[in-house]
Amino acid sequence: MSNHENIATTHDHHDHGGMDKKGIWRVFFILLALTALEFLIALGFVHHWGILQKGIFVNVIYIALTLVKAFYIIAYFMHLKFEKSGFIVCVSIGFIFIVYFIVLMLIEGDYLLYHLQSHPLFPNN
Amino acid sequence: MSTTTVSQLDKVKDGPWSGGKSPWNLEYGKIMMWFFLVSDAFTFSAFLIYYGAQKFAQPTWIDADKVFQSIPGIAESGQPLVFVGIMTFILIMSSVTMVLAVDAGHRNRKDEVVKWMLWTILGGLAFVGCQAIEWTHLHHQGFWFGRNPATGLEGDAVAQALAPYFTKDISYTAALQFSNLFFTITGFHGFHVSIGILLNIIILSMTLNNTFERRGTYLMVEKVGLYWHFVDLVWVFVFTFFYLI
Repeated sequence: MSNHENIATTHDHHDHGGMDKKGIWRVFFILLALTALEFLIALGFVHHWGILQKGIFVNVIYIALTLVKAFYIIAYFMHLKFEKSGFIVCVSIGFIFIVYFIVLMLIEGDYLLYHLQSHPLFPNN
Repeated sequence: MSTTTVSQLDKVKDGPWSGGKSPWNLEYGKIMMWFFLVSDAFTFSAFLIYYGAQKFAQPTWIDADKVFQSIPGIAESGQPLVFVGIMTFILIMSSVTMVLAVDAGHRNRKDEVVKWMLWTILGGLAFVGCQAIEWTHLHHQGFWFGRNPATGLEGDAVAQALAPYFTKDISYTAALQFSNLFFTITGFHGFHVSIGILLNIIILSMTLNNTFERRGTYLMVEKVGLYWHFVDLVWVFVFTFFYLI
């Protein structure tokens, strides 16, 4: 219990560097701008003007923008950027397995795509 | 220095992991909240990766722009992404009010914490409300767990019922997989939002009861805040994979 109080008091003094009210609204506008950019691509470039086609290229852009948004939420809103580096490593290292999982499932999906299509038992229409 | 030299072994260790202090300078409950969120992130990742794998395995897939194209009360069709855009904005906004509540807690300002928590709860309720409208709309079209608009039909009627939702080849299996995964994943997310609203209400009433003022710290607001931001974070991914791609 005394340990808890000790942390709570030291916490107030120095911990949250860089996240005053101005910083919060700055991150909000970055998130808003990134979302607006996604909408501009989806509604404007793809739908309205037809400059871009739905496909791997826009998907990569969407995923990249999503990851940037995720970074801002985790780093600033969830305050992870200002924690001790040991803690940052501790909570993020497990996601290596998620990357591995994505690779595995894409390979699996690719296999199914080519093999189920020609299989007589699973007509796809 | 030379007279008081101590050997290497006798030196008092003062590194962060040598004991006597908290190496991460974080309170226990906050660390546990982080670990819970990591495990929860794994669950959501598994859901979304399975969705991606299904989409990758099917020769054709439903066109999200054709499924989600209504704005309740304004336009019945032809407006893809607009309604979900409003939902996304609401959730990001409520995330901001949550950080502002945490920030007010750092400064021990009870009145501000109450104000921002109220806005956060309101945002959460608005989001869940929008999701309920979206679900009702899809349900009316014939999508549900284990069901798509062509369920129960035979012959040419299947392709006819599904034609409005596809741009490429029509597939009953793909429509069914989409339906199942949409309701499962957004349902699981909506469940998280609902729990978050409940936690926010509890924290708000504790603030009003002066519990944190007596405790001298608003750390509890921070812990629930972490959860709330996580819910927002998951929505960012759901939005991308269900509505954009």
